[in-house]
Amino acid sequence: MLPSTLLRALFFSLLWVVSLPSQADYVCNMTSGVTEISREIHNLHMIIFWICVVIGISVFSVMFYAIIWHRKSRGATAAHFHENTIVEIIWTIIPFTILIFMAMPATRLLIKMHNTQIDSELSIKITGHQWRWEYEYIGEGVHFISNLTTPKLETQNRAVKNPHYLREVDNPLVLPIGKKIRFLTTASDVIHAWWVPALGIKKDAIPGFINEAWARIEQPGTYRGQCAELCGALHGFMPIVVEAKTEADYQAWLQEKKAAAKQAQSGQVSGQAPPEPPQTKQSQSNHNHPGANP
Amino acid sequence: MSYATHLQSTHDEHAHGPAHGITRWIFTTNHKDIGTLYLWFSFSMFLIGGAMAMLIRAELFKPGLQFFEPGFFNQLTTMHGLIMIFGAVMPGFVGLANWMIPMMIGAPDMALPRMNNWSFWLLPFAFTLLLGTIFMKGPAPDFGWTAYAPLSTIYGPKSTDFFIFSIHLMGLSSIMGAINIIATILNLRAPGMTLMKMPIFVWTWLITAFLLIAVMPVLAGVVTMMLMDRNFGTSFFNAAGGGDPVLYQHVFWFFGHPEVYIMILPSFGIMSEIIPTFSRKKLFGYTSMVYATSSIALLSFLVWAHHMFTTGIPLVGEIFFMFVTMLIAVPTGVKIFNWVATMFRGALSFETPMLFATAFLVLFTMGGFSGLMLAMVPADYQYHDTYFVVAHFHYVLVPGAIFGIIAAIYYWLPKWTGHLYSETLGKIHFWLSAISINVLFFPMHFLGLAGMPRRIPDYALEFADFNRIASIGGFVFGASQFLFLYIVIKTIRGGEKAPDKVWEGAHGLEWTLSSPPPYHSFSAPPKVH
Repeated sequence: MLPSTLLRALFFSLLWVVSLPSQADYVCNMTSGVTEISREIHNLHMIIFWICVVIGISVFSVMFYAIIWHRKSRGATAAHFHENTIVEIIWTIIPFTILIFMAMPATRLLIKMHNTQIDSELSIKITGHQWRWEYEYIGEGVHFISNLTTPKLETQNRAVKNPHYLREVDNPLVLPIGKKIRFLTTASDVIHAWWVPALGIKKDAIPGFINEAWARIEQPGTYRGQCAELCGALHGFMPIVVEAKTEADYQAWLQEKKAAAKQAQSGQVSGQAPPEPPQTKQSQSNHNHPGANP
Repeated sequence: MSYATHLQSTHDEHAHGPAHGITRWIFTTNHKDIGTLYLWFSFSMFLIGGAMAMLIRAELFKPGLQFFEPGFFNQLTTMHGLIMIFGAVMPGFVGLANWMIPMMIGAPDMALPRMNNWSFWLLPFAFTLLLGTIFMKGPAPDFGWTAYAPLSTIYGPKSTDFFIFSIHLMGLSSIMGAINIIATILNLRAPGMTLMKMPIFVWTWLITAFLLIAVMPVLAGVVTMMLMDRNFGTSFFNAAGGGDPVLYQHVFWFFGHPEVYIMILPSFGIMSEIIPTFSRKKLFGYTSMVYATSSIALLSFLVWAHHMFTTGIPLVGEIFFMFVTMLIAVPTGVKIFNWVATMFRGALSFETPMLFATAFLVLFTMGGFSGLMLAMVPADYQYHDTYFVVAHFHYVLVPGAIFGIIAAIYYWLPKWTGHLYSETLGKIHFWLSAISINVLFFPMHFLGLAGMPRRIPDYALEFADFNRIASIGGFVFGASQFLFLYIVIKTIRGGEKAPDKVWEGAHGLEWTLSSPPPYHSFSAPPKVH
């Protein structure tokens, strides 16, 4: 079997891995998030996970029982059975039944998630660009672009990385809590995906098409995510930061933004188009460094 | 089944050996030579694709950009996927089919030997085209192996056209290989070997070959549409011209999901040969194995959109694809239960092929569980395009497809070479691979659930620990494959003489031939009772 030197080498390399200093607090499961939907997704995830664990334990324990006790070296002689229709029917029907019980809560939740049209109180249009997000508060005249702010020095390992490394932006998406918010995602160049785990939303942003999702955020706070669909060289460098505020704080922020927008408009001679992100082709921008901000 | 061979004497007079020198390999029409070519090709691609994986893991060892520009990182992940799928796994299985199917069904060779030669020799050209893009001016393909439009069309680098033509060549090679396998199985079986008496490996390959013929043309079609969008002004996938970027994904995954089963069904067949041999007991539920494999193949055509749940498919569509995807768990479960029942009350021994088969059973089942979790649409919204998916498909492809190929090589290598391999070294190779692969891929589940997207060269700090562990596992796994290479070369060069029936519990026509087998396997058909 395994020579002892090899075992020892493995043991010490594992020890070395374990003893390395931890860089930050890590998570190893899905979090339950801050919306009803995200919490229900988390529950569904945990239910399915435990069903899999139970099935796994039962299948593997039969298998390991055979591996341990039915060894030739223990003097086991092979039995001769090689089919049994009843057993085979039973182990087709049982998994099928389990699947039905898994499908029911999943379908119920899915129907709830698809309910985007009715009674939404605020609509945000999200446009993905290579490589930044653009947010538009529909009907409010508020509209801005959200860029990564992590300094180049940090990505190049020439400065200490801050706690929100690669997950910080100049203009976060500010949203009110307690309201049903509808998100409309689209893109101007390639396919992106807008993902904020705490809201339980991942939706592709597809050029020429508009997708819908909704959330009702329950707690104020800062929620971070990033683009989830490969969209070119800087795909890993287009984060999303959502700041959820109470209604009063949100209204104050919105008025401030509106005033600023009005001021900017009156300062200019004619109604200027909002700043367009650079329409660079990906092949030409491959040598850009991440973290390059305007 | 029992077999009668009455041909050993006639053999030697008619047998003519292989030609000498390089022409033997270029002009060969012999199923064993072509099988060997396929297997060595597959292994060299495994090393090249593996080297890319090592570079990826090195970049991801810690946060920050260490070695590569983000653009080059994308080229690495794209090439790694393409090379492993089309260069390592598929040719590996075709190599095994070439070697084993004629010997398992009592045939002298494949049915279409010249086409066999051509289908192999297309591959080196296809991969020269593909790998050549790395050395061209401008980036190599950098849009992921899935090549989603418009990233791969309007926004794709110039080298994309080379990628498209290499896919065409690979598709031609696969289709011809599949036609050959079907023709061989349907026409050249020994008298008395009815379809329901065929070894399961032959069955799974027959079904796989039909899948290949069904979906490789679809892939060829979709990359041709890419080619036209890029060069001839069409707008299949360009919304601005009236096209639809999501159409690309539908057509691609209509190929892509059966492709997943193309890469796992032959492995199921290998397991169904190895597990009974080392359990010294007949395979449990032969008939249900055949039906389960066929239902998996049929269902694989109806689940493609489960790769696209976040693209905005309507509710009814999502429910349909969720249910059908979950349904695949039933026949897959039947197969797992059958293998466990085969082991149960057997007389087990754990030589290297059986060790790999056992690891396959455990780890593939785990990959199946994460697959079932991914089928739940609401949860998939959180898992999709994260490292949870990376963990899932590496669990089914590495301990599934790759361990299947490795187990098959250990199992049949003494038959092929006439020499026994070193069992001690084989076991060291197994334990190194089996442990390191879990250190490599298990933490990826945690990364995905914690929110790390796939295909990113740099990541937030909370993902640092598990990435470091995964990288260390990756380096150990990569390094231990050189031990495999050493074991195989050592066995080819010499070693203890292998008997005709290498394994005590083995059944099947291939064990009635000498080790190594004659150049033309069965020149007179054996009788199968």
